Amino acid sequence: MSPMRCVALLAGLLVVASALAGVSEDLPLDQRRSSYDDMGPATRAMQDADTDNPGMLWVLDGETLWRAKTGSAARACADCHGDATQSMAGVAARYPAFDPKRGGPVTLEGRINACRVENQNAQTLAYESRELLALSAYLALQSRGKPIAIDEKKLGETIAAGRDIFRQRQGQLNLSCAQCHDQHYGGKLAGNTIPQGHPNGYPLYRLEWQTLGSLQRRLRNCLTGIRAENHAYDSRELIALETYLKWRARGMLMESPAVRP
Amino acid sequence: MARALVNIPPKAKRGEVITIRTLMSHQMETGFRYSTTGAPIPRDIITTFIATYNGEEIFRAELFPAIAANPFITFTTVATESGTIELTWRGDNGFAASEQATITVE
Repeated sequence: MSPMRCVALLAGLLVVASALAGVSEDLPLDQRRSSYDDMGPATRAMQDADTDNPGMLWVLDGETLWRAKTGSAARACADCHGDATQSMAGVAARYPAFDPKRGGPVTLEGRINACRVENQNAQTLAYESRELLALSAYLALQSRGKPIAIDEKKLGETIAAGRDIFRQRQGQLNLSCAQCHDQHYGGKLAGNTIPQGHPNGYPLYRLEWQTLGSLQRRLRNCLTGIRAENHAYDSRELIALETYLKWRARGMLMESPAVRP
Repeated sequence: MARALVNIPPKAKRGEVITIRTLMSHQMETGFRYSTTGAPIPRDIITTFIATYNGEEIFRAELFPAIAANPFITFTTVATESGTIELTWRGDNGFAASEQATITVE
């Protein structure tokens, strides 16, 4: 074989390999858009004014909880972390983050619960409980307008695992997340516009839910929609998906607490 | 925890039409739903909303099960004099909440 042919073959193999790894298939960064851009003017107005945004009701509760002494240690979040508007600015935009103790990713909700157990000697809060949503909404608000930044060096494996789940066809409808959110965004699913699915506003107030909800609630919602076997809250699979989605939305600005139809 | 978000302009000109926007945290359980075990979930809604301006009633609304959770109520009034605007929500199971704000009319 001539050297030229050898190089051509090698190049061909590299193309196949990178296609298999799916590196080139991620949504181009400049084509990403927040679902805010697809909303009607009424829903946008609701998100834009803090006195009209129902998510702010949870933020108010979160502010109270931040200062409330809790657990047998009788310690409030504020006793260690001080003023959240200073100490927590931009923090939620970096979650899920790498936790050296776990040797893996931890979500914002997971971090709040870990802090409660380790530092406040308090019970963990259940996912979707009013208290956990309130605290995570209050923290997420401190990152509003900040770009999402996931530690891809430390969380590379989790991101890759999440991407695999995102592209895996599953459920009775045999659909992958990517088929809707990478390939058919902007189209219609029943009456609704298919979004790209960027988690830049969680926890968010969904008009359909008539309440605030976490990203994992939304993911479970979607998995039910494609009639797939669901994953438990805080499971490895949902954390991986959450991490991948946050990474996929890297650089986009946080809108928490957002309002979505 | 009954939480409300209220938007009342702190200042207005005499005779000006002002908009008051209110958002009350409430689940507004319709009474038409059933739990996973089949037991009916009792109705739990806000039934009345009243706004007073220096003690005088300026707006009243009756609420029904078809109204979504965390009801958003907005209305307008004419700024006549400086004083207090008080908002009261009442509902099932003895639910009662109120908020007040002062307005300066020049």
